Formats: sequence, C-alpha cells, structure tokens
Amino acid sequence: MTGNSQQVLTFVLGSETYGVDILRVQEIRGWSSVTKIPHAPPHVLGVLNLRGSIVPIVDMRMQFNLERAEYTAVTVIIVLSVQSRNGKRDFGVVVDGVSDVVNVDDAQVKPAPDLGSREATEHIRGLMPVADRMVVLLDIDKLIAGQLPNTSDSIAEVA
Amino acid sequence: MDLDLAQFHDSFFEESFEALDGMEAALLGLDVGAPDPERVNGIFRVAHSIKGGAGMFGFKDVASFTHTLETLLDELRSGRMAVTREISDKLLLSVDVMRAMLTSVQRKEPVDMQKVADLQFDLEMIVAQGAGAAPAAAAPPAPAAPAVAAAPTSAPASAGAAATSASVPSAGTSGAGPSRWVIDFKALPELLLRGNDPIAIFASLSELGKLTVNANLDAVPRLRSIDAERCYLTWHLELESDCPREQVDAAFEWAAVDCELAVNRVEAGGSQVAAPTANTAAPVANAASGTPVATPAPAVVGGAPAQTSAAATTGATGAGAAAAAGGSAQTSATAAAGAPVAGAAATGGASAQNSATAPGDATAASAPATTSAPATTSAPATTSASATTSAPATTSAPATAGAAAQPATPAPAGGAAPKAVEAKEPAKGGEHSSIRVSIEKIDELINTVGELVITQAMLSELGRKLDGSVAEQFRSGLNQLERNMRELQESVMRVRMLPISFTFSRFPRMVRDLAQRLNKQIELKMTGEQTELDKTVLEKIGDPLVHLVRNSIDHGIESPEARVKAGKSPTGIVHLDACHRGGHIAVEIRDDGNGLDKNRILAKARSRGLVGPNDVLTDDQVHELIFMPGFSTAEKTTDVSGRGVGMDVVRRNVKELGGKIEISSELGKGSRFIITLPLTLAIVDGQSVSVGSETYIVPLTSIIESLQLQPQSVNRLSGRGEVFSFRGDYLPIVRLHELFGIEPRATALHEGLIVVAEGDGRRIGLFVDELLGQQQVVIKSMEANYGPVDGVAGATILGDGSVALILDLSGLIRVATRTARAA
Repeated sequence: MTGNSQQVLTFVLGSETYGVDILRVQEIRGWSSVTKIPHAPPHVLGVLNLRGSIVPIVDMRMQFNLERAEYTAVTVIIVLSVQSRNGKRDFGVVVDGVSDVVNVDDAQVKPAPDLGSREATEHIRGLMPVADRMVVLLDIDKLIAGQLPNTSDSIAEVA
Repeated sequence: MDLDLAQFHDSFFEESFEALDGMEAALLGLDVGAPDPERVNGIFRVAHSIKGGAGMFGFKDVASFTHTLETLLDELRSGRMAVTREISDKLLLSVDVMRAMLTSVQRKEPVDMQKVADLQFDLEMIVAQGAGAAPAAAAPPAPAAPAVAAAPTSAPASAGAAATSASVPSAGTSGAGPSRWVIDFKALPELLLRGNDPIAIFASLSELGKLTVNANLDAVPRLRSIDAERCYLTWHLELESDCPREQVDAAFEWAAVDCELAVNRVEAGGSQVAAPTANTAAPVANAASGTPVATPAPAVVGGAPAQTSAAATTGATGAGAAAAAGGSAQTSATAAAGAPVAGAAATGGASAQNSATAPGDATAASAPATTSAPATTSAPATTSASATTSAPATTSAPATAGAAAQPATPAPAGGAAPKAVEAKEPAKGGEHSSIRVSIEKIDELINTVGELVITQAMLSELGRKLDGSVAEQFRSGLNQLERNMRELQESVMRVRMLPISFTFSRFPRMVRDLAQRLNKQIELKMTGEQTELDKTVLEKIGDPLVHLVRNSIDHGIESPEARVKAGKSPTGIVHLDACHRGGHIAVEIRDDGNGLDKNRILAKARSRGLVGPNDVLTDDQVHELIFMPGFSTAEKTTDVSGRGVGMDVVRRNVKELGGKIEISSELGKGSRFIITLPLTLAIVDGQSVSVGSETYIVPLTSIIESLQLQPQSVNRLSGRGEVFSFRGDYLPIVRLHELFGIEPRATALHEGLIVVAEGDGRRIGLFVDELLGQQQVVIKSMEANYGPVDGVAGATILGDGSVALILDLSGLIRVATRTARAA
C-alpha cells in the first residue's frame, strides 16, 4: 500500500453508501438495546457498555434526515473513535449494514459538489467511485463535532 | 546519538516535587541548635539530586539555585555552620522557591528570577558570613592559594593578597555609569590545565570599566581531596561600563569552552551585590604559579569553629557584627595562608579540624561568642592562623588560647560525631519498597477487573440454569471464581488508596507559618495519618482541610495572653485526626480555642437579616449559619481569613465528594469539625430504581426514605406542582419519567413509589415505578465519550452488561425547578 491510498470501511444507509477511514473503526457489533440519555438530541439514541466504557450511540439515519428504520437483529453498530476538542472519544453509529473494505487512492476522491449549504457537505471529505456506486467518504471528526452536548444545550432543551 | 531527555522530564518533576515535600517535612522537624544529622543529610541529598537532575536536563536556573542551597546545606551537614532559626526559615523559603521554579519550568513559563535571585543572594550571604568568619573554610578552596583576597577590611593585613584585593582598579574608570555588566563566570575544573588565566581575563575586563570581582568558593573540596591543578572556583563579576557586549565576550574568548558564562546587563539601580563573599581571583593566580598545596591547611581547619560561632552571632547580634567578625577573621587567615611557613600552622590546624567539626564544640564556641562582643566571635577562627601571624586581627586572647590547647588532641566527641553523620545512610521509608505506576494503568486494570466481574456474573447466571452431572462441579467452580473475583477487585481498588498523610503533610508547615504570622503559639497534633482513601478523594479534600485548619488557627485559637487569662496553656492545640468509620473515612479538625460564639453568630445573622429578630435557633441551626456564603464574624479581615468566603466552599467541596460536614463547639473550650467522606469516588452505594424499561441508581447517601403515597395525601399547588407532607414539611414531587421523558409503567402516584431524596439542602419526593435493590456500583464517566448530563452523575454497568445511569440529586433538583418554572 502506498502512502496516498487508504483503506475505507463502507456501509449502507438506505440507498446510499458511505465510507469511513478504517483506522478509526474500533469495533463492529450487532444491535443491542441502549440506555437512554435524558435531554439528549433525538439522534443520540443512548449509551452502551463497550468493554467497560460508556459509549454514546448515534443514529446515522436521523443525522442525515433519512427515513427511520426499525432496529433489528441485523442492524449494525460501528464503533468509531474521533478527535474532538476534548480529546479522543469513542462513539457508535447505527447503520443498516456494513458492506466492504476497499482500497482507495487519494486521487480517486473527488470533492463534493456545492449543494448550496455548507452544512450539507461540511462532514463530507469527498466522493469516490467504488465499482459502479458512489461512496460518500465521511469526515467523522467534523461529523461528530457539535453533536456531543454540553450542559447549556441540554438546559435549553429542557427549558 | 540523540537522546531525548524530555521523556524523563515528567519523572524528574514528579520526583523533585515529592523530594521537596520530604525536604519540607524534614526542615520542619529540624531542631534549631541540635539538628539530627540524619535529617540534615536527607535535606542535603534532596537539594543535591534536584541539582543533578536540573543540571542534566539543562534547567540552569534551578541548577544554579540548588547549587547555592546545596553549598549552605553542606556547611550545615558538615557541622561547620549551626542551624539557626534564620537559616531554617530561609531553607523553607528555598523549598517554596524551588517548587515555584520547577512548576514554572514544567509549565514552560518564565521563572520569576527576581525572587530566586534575592533568596539566592540571601543564602550566599549566610554562607559567606559563616565562611567569612572562618576563612578557613574559604581559603583552602583556592587550589593552591596562599592568598584569600578578602573584603576591604583585610587589605592592610594581607600583604600577599594586596594585588588581588577585591576590586581591581580600573584603568579608565568610567564613573558610576548607568549600566553594569553582571557576569557569572563558572570555570570548569580543566580551566587552568588549558592554560587559561582568569587573572588575565579580569585584567582585560578591568580595562573596560570598574570591575568588582567576587569569587565563590563553595565548590572547593576539603584539603585532602584538592587537586592543585583543577579550578574549583566560580566568580561573580560586576563591570561598570557602557561597553558593548562583544567587548565583554572578547575577554572570555579563550576560556569560553572551559567555563559556563552568563553575561547580563543591569541598569543602574538594579540590585547591588555586596561583597561579603569576596575572595578575588588572586587564589587562581597563585595557583597558577604553583604554590604548594599544603599552605592553606591551617585555614581549613580553623574555619570550622569560627563559622559556627559566626553563624550564632548573626542571629544574636545582627548582621553587622557578624560581618565585622568575618572581616577580621579573614584578614588573619589570609595572613596565615600567605605565610610561607606552613608547617606549624598546618599541624595545629589539622588537629583543630577534628575538634572543630564536632557539633559539641561548635555550640560551645558559639555560646561565649554570642555573649561577648562581636569581635570575639572570630577568635576560634584565627586560632590556627594566629600562630603564624595576624594577632591584630583578633582581639580575643582567651579564645586563641583555648583553641591552641585543642589542636594537640582531637576531642573524641568531635571525632565521633561527623563520622556518624557520614556513616548512616538514612533509610527513609524503612523497608517499604514501591514502584511508580501511572494512574491510567491502574484505571485500566480496574476497568478490566470490572469487566471480569460482569462476565463472571453472566457465567453464574448461566450456571444456575444448567442441568446434568457436571453442572454441580461447574457451579462450585463458579463460586470459587466469584470469591476470587471479589478479592481481586478489592485489591485492585486498594491500589488507588493512599494514606491521608499525603494531605496531612502540608499542615506542619502551614501551621508553623501561620502561627508565626499571627503571633500565636500552636501545636499541631496529627493522628491516623495512615488511614487510606482513594487518591481522587485525597486530592480534593486538601483545600477544604486547609481552610478549616486556617480557620481554627485564625479564629479558634486565641493569642497566648488571652489563653493564659482564660486559664489555658499559652500553646493552643490543633488536632487533625482521620479514621475509618463504616465504608467512610472521618476526618476531624479539633482545636482547644475559643469555640464558636453562638451569640455573636446570631447577632451577626440578625443584623444581616438572615434570621428574624425573634427566631429561636438550635445549636445546629446556628452552626449552619457559618456555612452561608459571605458570612463572617471576624471583626477585621486579615489576609488569613475573615472575608467570609470559605465555609460555604468547604461544604460544597465536601458535598461534591459525597460527604458531609458536622460541627460541634463549646464556647471557651474549642470546636470540632468532622468531615465524613466516602473512601472512594469510584464506587457508590446505590439503590436501583426502575422507571419504565430503564434502571437508575440513586446514591444511598442522597436517600432519606422511601414510601408509598395515598392519593389523598397529595396536594396540588395552583393547579401545577404536586406536594406531599413529609415530617412536617411539604415536599415537591418530581416525576422522574416526566423529567427524563420516559414511558413509565405507573403514572398514578399510589401505584409507584416515592423516594424522598436530598440534594443541595433541598428535599424532593422522586416518583419512580419501583425499587429494585441496593448494590455497590462502579461509577463510569459519561463525559469521557459523551458529555455532562444534567441530573446524571455518571453511569454504571449492571450485572447483565447493560448500562444504568446514576442520578445526581443536586442536578436533578436544579433541572426540576427550572422545568417547573418554565412550565
């Protein structure tokens, strides 16, 4: 593997395929019921016990404003680690299914087209073709920044 | 090979801070006058190892300061100087300064050099006064030096040293120019071997302006270990000149590789360095000329007693006298050293050395010195020297005689004492051995063990369902596993436990300083220092304790006069005690001072409108008043306490730790503050409750009672909030399912349960579906991967591997109040 290529884990959400840097993936596990966090934003489903640490679980469908799906035995949680302002954090994302690990050449990654709003593309590192599909490569640090709450947010919601 | 030393910085700092704590404790225990040699040795070693480390890592400021400190300590250690109150105060200050320096260096912040320089100067002064009085100590240093060029006073006496006297006359004196160059010139031992001559350097410098030269003789070893060809000196030069830096540097051009050089410009009016240390470059010059090494011998020897006595006088008669003594002593010594005939003096001196170093002798010498005129102080110093020359220098004949008698037979006591000092390597900490492990590693271990416990619980659950012939065996194996797990968990938890002495150790110093500042006599008693508690709790309990002890000293203990008047001993007692009480630790701060004055507290509270004029309060309620923010009965605000910030903070801190604080006090007899804390923050005793499908843990310390309400005992307030009567109070009902947005199993109050719980001094009735059971749970942080959640203190992992949130009642009540207000 050369320096300018990387391995990407791809997963499916509805009809779309997304990819994340495989080095960020801590674990892939099946769905188990989570413990709800009071006053959490709706896409934060709750917390799970991941080998002794408490890990929040985020529903990617809700995050991307996709139609909600039922959680079933085949629903998968990908546990990722991100760099946030407060250091390294682990969190899990609920996805429909994990597809594949692909090698991606950096040259293949194209910038996302301007869709009019920065928010829509902020967390996208680029688009890339894999076989005959388009994979959306996610920047998970950006994706999760701002998702994790601080006290004032949750207070505002309660009020 | 590039070795990255930075990786060792952390452990250097950590060890240094620890060592400083030890040094501080040792200093506090040091008896003025009769120091325990082992203690002094220990203190010396701390300074020495910090110096070594700092030097190795290139923290020059620290190294330089510790070097000075080490020099002084070496004088004390060898018994050449006596430990006076002044010195021990300065040494304590040094601990502070070193701590501050190390902290600054660690944080990569600039060091406050002014403070350091001031203290360093003070320390040098102390050494100089000691050494000055006893040129002895100073003279030998010079590699081969006959001449100790001394302070101006010595000039006439020391013919040989004349050329080298303290200030080298400058060729073109530029007058008191506005700026000076301050040069610290530290020669490497090889300086002389490489053919460099400091004298030549100084001469060329003096052409630039008025040059003042001070030599520092601290590094000079004992005579028998002196190597005549090595340079042991460092110089502090001050050049009054407006010349550019290049010219200064040029003077050191040839020596540059053989020395450490610090050149700084000081504007006029900057701190002036006096010249008591004065010994000029002369010795080196002479060294170069190859004067026999033996000559200085007498001086070394005579030095010891003189030093001690000088130190004694310093305290007693003031610096001036000591300086005078030093001056004259030096004169004589110089003369002695300069004398070509060393023989007689040397023998006399050599034996005198033995007696001199004996602490017994030292004190004996100092005793008369203090009582008689300052001039006499130098007497012992000159003893050996006077044999050869300098009668005029010393005025005291008897002392000389006494000393003369000594040389022949070394005092046995004297001989024994120093030996003992060197022989005993104080075994600090006894047979305890330990290793340093990072907290993360331990937490990782605790985590893993926690996981194991859960897995084991799962297996046990499974084992119960098994049938068959091996099932019984399997179950007994599981039982064994369970026992072992419990032991393992306990031992792992114990790893994080530290004795409370880590926190207590800061008090002796604090009490001493405060007592001194407030002119009170206070004895600090500490018991139960070995009581262990979790490191996190330990760290957080420090500040509240400091506050309480400070309060006791400032407000509690009366002045000695008042105490005597009240029929008590003038010395007040502050007692710190720690002990285990059930799953908790109780820390008690007790004093025999005046106690809390209830009437005054009440009057103050009434005047501030906190209490109605006719309200009658119980003792506890009155005591409760002192926890009000901003409440203080002190008549005047001191820098110690009295601003009324504090007790509320103390209580808040204690509460945050899940503890509580109680007061009992008797007017005129003293007061007691008892802090009860959980042993660890990692585990909490909790009551599991269920709401809908969720399980929550309510810390047992927050729970007052659980009860089932009858529908008729609930009242609705203005159509909204629900209240119920509990022991005479009306408490609001907080429905957890509403607050947390969960689908409950029971909505009617009589179908579920009310948990009466307390947080931040307020009580609520928490409505839940049912109580599940009590258990100890391991607290996991929610913030590590998520963030803070209002009303939730953390999470824990239940036996089945699922997560349950631990409620934080204070937060919960805040949220509930806010919600109610918004609704």
